[in-house]
This record gives sequence, structure tokens and C-alpha cells, in this order.
Amino acid sequence: MNKQIEVELPADSEVIIGILNNSDSVLKRLYLAYFPMVLQLVLNNSGSEDDAKDIYQEAIIVLYNKVKSGDFELSSKLKTYIYSICRRLWLKRLKQLNRYGGDIKDFQEYLPVEDELEKHHEKDEQLNKMADALSLLGEPCKTIMEDFYMHSKSMQDICERFGYTNADNAKTQKYKCLQRLKKLFFQL
Amino acid sequence: MPAKVEEIIFSAIIERGELMREEQLLEMIERYLNGEMTNEERAKFDALRSKDASINDKLAEHKSFTGLLKQFSDRLALENRLNAIHNEIDVHTLKEDLMSHPSIIVQLWRNHHSKISVAASIAIFAILCTLYFTGDLTNKDPRFVELKREVGKLKQSTESLNRSQKNLIHDIKNDKKMTNPGNFSGTGFALSSNGYIVTNYHVVNGADSVYVQNADGESFHTKVIYTEPQYDIAILEINDPAFKNLGAVPYGFKRAKSDLGEDVFTLGFPGDDIKFGPGALTANTGFRGDTTEYEVYIPVNQGNSGGPLIDEKGNVIGVITGKQTQTSGAAFAVKSNYLLKTIQNIPADSLSKTLNMNTKNTLAGLSRPQQIKKMRNYVFMVKVYNQ
Repeated sequence: MNKQIEVELPADSEVIIGILNNSDSVLKRLYLAYFPMVLQLVLNNSGSEDDAKDIYQEAIIVLYNKVKSGDFELSSKLKTYIYSICRRLWLKRLKQLNRYGGDIKDFQEYLPVEDELEKHHEKDEQLNKMADALSLLGEPCKTIMEDFYMHSKSMQDICERFGYTNADNAKTQKYKCLQRLKKLFFQL
Repeated sequence: MPAKVEEIIFSAIIERGELMREEQLLEMIERYLNGEMTNEERAKFDALRSKDASINDKLAEHKSFTGLLKQFSDRLALENRLNAIHNEIDVHTLKEDLMSHPSIIVQLWRNHHSKISVAASIAIFAILCTLYFTGDLTNKDPRFVELKREVGKLKQSTESLNRSQKNLIHDIKNDKKMTNPGNFSGTGFALSSNGYIVTNYHVVNGADSVYVQNADGESFHTKVIYTEPQYDIAILEINDPAFKNLGAVPYGFKRAKSDLGEDVFTLGFPGDDIKFGPGALTANTGFRGDTTEYEVYIPVNQGNSGGPLIDEKGNVIGVITGKQTQTSGAAFAVKSNYLLKTIQNIPADSLSKTLNMNTKNTLAGLSRPQQIKKMRNYVFMVKVYNQ
């Protein structure tokens, strides 16, 4: 049952440094290293492979943000940390789906991670609100907002893209769009 | 030159309308945050910030909002990277390797055990309810019927309706006793000349009062003095002042076991008149192998319960108790030695008179019609009244 999948495990410190340096290859090795463990957990606790993917990616995002924010202390093995986060997330999902039968079949030891996830969920909620607000915004505002604030494009590029002859017009348009976006965001 | 422009803007902020001011302010905030201002502009803006707290708040709010937009953008980018990595994994093969392969039943159970449990409890409950209402939960076997006669209430009510008031008055004038058929009836037969009668326990069970009626239609009040439910036997005593001695009982009681194939007969009251039923002894055990009973092949009906089972020499060998519903003709009778055992068990103080069992059989050697003629006065219809 507890089969070991042959994947080369990256060293924990290597992963931390890799994330801080935005290294694609380290992210990939990290992802490949622990996915089977999480797949096993979810599949054996009444979930599908898609559930496993969602849960695992969320856990990686939690880890990634924590490392990026600089307050990640490696007090246990990275594997245990990821397993604990996924376990917690999956339990929560099971309860939402009313499929939680009262026990979960474990494959690893785990840590209590409730506090860390609370912060993550707060942030997640904000980001989801932002996604909703953006989708409600409509064109061309959405693209202007994305280009300027998310992709850090210059006003010059935006003027050209939307064919504004006058930079002031573009600025006024951007200002109005931003006000609408804020309004939508805070209404949600 | 830029300093000049800024100065104009600053003054414009103070002088111009609200919308203009907001828009200009935002642009300045953005330039400030992006570090696009010159040192001079920066100093001026800092001065403005310290002077006007609302500008400071706007700056903080704008910073956090655009920060959130940036984070959202980062999150999307990270998700795309993760999805790209995920697409390289052969999830299906991995799944095959990882999944323990429990049987489909185990999987079903794991995924749906709560639902299955609920369904099972409902099913069990439904079955129990059904069994309860169909009467299968009681010990009574539907293939066995006791042969007491239930006199239909309908018949009773129509009869009393039919009797016109006039007739009633007429009856009363002529001092004719009204006969009520009773709620149930069975058969009983005399044990002794002084009025001890045996019948089935199930006939008199729960009775308020019990009467016996002889073949001539005379009724006598009786008292149940002893019952033996395990053999389905009840002993009655006639305590009616109108009762006179019956005369010596013609039949004897057989102590030994009778043999298969013996010709037997019974007398009983399945209807209002006495009825003869011929038959043969077919088995030494009764319903479901009950060793206290014989099985007899004999036509019996409701009302035959408690009747005597008599062999061709005129000995009582049993008391009719019931019949099997699924096999026609199979009836059951308690063996006479259990009847005798019951009689021995009667406590002495229950007997107001001595119960002397007849030992002399005067029926032997007589033809069947003559036997019946001599016996008919000793066989009674047992009428049971209860509320």
C-alpha cells in the first residue's frame, strides 16, 4: 500500500532558496517530488485525482507565499509540512462536501497547521474577490487594469494598444476604471 | 521646468473642482509610489502628506489595493506555472501505481457507508413493521387454526334486527328463553355423570361466562375449574341448578397409546346441530412434531375444538384441538393420557364434587350408529360469552 515512488527528492534548503530565486526548475522538482504522496492521500480518502491536484497546488501556493514573505522557518521536514497542509485542506473539503465519515486514512505523520491556513484563507478570499471584481468590470477597463497594474505596462503602451490619441484621455480612462474596480471590489 | 509644472498642479488641486483634484492626486500618488518623482517633488509631496492626513490615507489605501492586484497577478502566474508542471505528470499511471485495489464492494462501502447504513436501518425497520402487522412476529403459525367457532357479529345483529318487536313481546309472554349464540363456540364432552366436562383451553380462554348446550338444546351454566394451556385442555363443571345427573358415561378413557391406522371418529358442534366425523389415526405426533398430539385424518371445522376422538371400541383416545390449514383433512388431537394427567393435576379444593372417571365402557361391540346414539347426550356445545 505504502509504495515509494521513485522520484529524486530535492533537499529542503535547496527548495527554499529556489523559491526565493524564482527558479522554475526547483519549483518543478518540488512539485514532482511530493505530488504522489498527496495523490495517495486524497485517492484513499474518497477523492479523485482532480481533487488531489487542487489540494496539492493550494498547498504549494501556501508554501510559496510563506517562503516569499520571509517568515518560513523549516522546523520539520518539508515533506511533513506539505503533507500536513494537504491533509488539513482535504479534511476541510470533505466536510464541505459532507463526505467526511469521521476518520481519515493517513500515510505520513503530520503537524497542526490550522493557524497558517487561516492566514492563507483570508488572503485567498481577497484574491477571489479581486478576480470576481475584475470579471465584472468589463472591457476595455479590465484590460487596462491588467496591463497597467498587473503586468506593469507603461501608459505609452496602453495608449497605443487602445488607440488613445491623447495621453490625458488615457489617464482619465484609467482613473475612472480604477474607481469602478474599487467600487466593485468593496461591494462584493 | 518640471518644478514649475508641479507648482501649477499643486495650486490647481487647491483651486479646481473635486473630480480634477482626485484624479491629479491619484496620479501623484502613483508617481510617488513608483519613485518617478524628483527629490524636490518628493519633498513637497511629503510636506503635503504631513499637512493633510486624508492624503496619507488615500496613499495607504491605493498602495494596498494595487498591491492586491499585483498579488493576484502573481498568483495567476504561479498557478499557470504549476498547471504546466502538472500537465507533464502522467497522473493516470501514477494513480494505478498508488491505488490500493480493494474490491468494488469495499470501495462502495468506503464511499457510501453512511448512506448504506441509513438505508439498511430503514429496510430493517420496514421489515419489522411488516412482520408485526401481518402477525408473523407472534408465535401463532398461520398454517394452524384453532377450531373454535367465531359466531359472526353480523349474523347476530341481523338476527336481532329480524326479530320484530312484536315477536319479542310474544316470546316474553310465552316465557320462552331467548338464546344468544354466544361469541364463540366449541365442543366439550362429559368426563363423569355429575357434570364435569372437558373442552379446549383456547375455546374458553378469556371467557366471561361459559354455557354448555346438549343435543336437545338445553343450556347449562358452567364454571371453568381448571386449565392446562400447554395441552390446550380446560375442565368445566356444570353448576346450573337445572342440571340433573347425566347418567353413567358410556365411553371409557384409553390410557395406552393408540396405533396408526385405527378407525376413529369424533362428534362435535361445528354448526348448531351435532355432527359425526369419521376418520383414521395418521400419525403419532401432531403439529410440528408435537408428541402430546395425534394427527388424524378427519373432517373438522370451526366448532369441533374440544370434541372427543373415539376409537372403534368406544374409548376416548384424544381431544380435537386444531387442524392444519395447508393440508386438507389433517387435524390434531391431544392424546388421552395427557387429558388424564390434567385431571390428576386438578387441585382437590377446585372440585366441589368427586370426579369419578368412568372405567366401564358400554360401547364396545355396538355398531357405529348405536354408539353415537348412546354418546350424543354426553357431547355438548360449549358457548362462550365475553365482552
